[in-house]
Amino acid sequence: MANAQELAVREKKELASKEEKTVPGRYYVPYADIFETDDALTVVLEIPGVEKKDLDVALENDVLRIDGRLDFAKYEGMDPVYTEYNIGHYTRSFTLSNKIDQARIGAQLDDGVLTLTLPKAKEAQSRRISIG
Amino acid sequence: MALFPDPFDTLLTLQQALDSFRSSGWLGSGPSGGGGYPPMNVFRKGDDFIIIAELPGLNKSELDVEVKGNSVRVAGTKPVRFPEKAAVHRRERVAGRFDRAVTLPVQINPDGVKAEYRDGILALFLPRAEQDKPKSIQIG
Repeated sequence: MANAQELAVREKKELASKEEKTVPGRYYVPYADIFETDDALTVVLEIPGVEKKDLDVALENDVLRIDGRLDFAKYEGMDPVYTEYNIGHYTRSFTLSNKIDQARIGAQLDDGVLTLTLPKAKEAQSRRISIG
Repeated sequence: MALFPDPFDTLLTLQQALDSFRSSGWLGSGPSGGGGYPPMNVFRKGDDFIIIAELPGLNKSELDVEVKGNSVRVAGTKPVRFPEKAAVHRRERVAGRFDRAVTLPVQINPDGVKAEYRDGILALFLPRAEQDKPKSIQIG
């Protein structure tokens, strides 16, 4: 039985998109955790190697798109000798329901972990109904 | 002939396949290592080596890097925290303890080893030991 504490090594999921890119660099789908609390929906994505300046979070037509690019200049002068994982940019999109207050979406990037807080619109928050 | 596949069998073959995929002639597994996490990329810059591993969301205080001889050990705990009253809809990130030791086929200078952790990337700079540096040969 695999030890529950052991971390599994997984291959990165490469993005298969309908359009081809004209610039080099592969795109991978970052791993995401989605959880919901009373007042917000939180999406946590793992995008190691992406700095704040290379991160683009955009909302258009109810689609939240996260685009994080890697700065390959850091790898200049280094020759790969032995590789176990792929290096590339990250992108993922989520369709938001109308229950999200789109004007108050917050994003925080720390140590390669992007936390997106999607606050629920007032009407969607659960309300206690008092019984008379 | 088994009618139903043995679940432990599938798990064992998967583990063996992954292990053989990871064990290469270049990077040996170190004495204290357990498991293949985190995956590492090794680069060469001149005579020195640089190991890069992706470890997003780590606390520097929970990360241990040790060097002995020509083995490097990276150990720590990768946290994934949810607030108490959260309803989890999707869970893709892995969390837990990791402890991996790798042995390089070259001698490194342990006093010059530098480790840097930024943006979820751990970079280990391993300078080559003086006695192990290759000698440049002139072609007559």
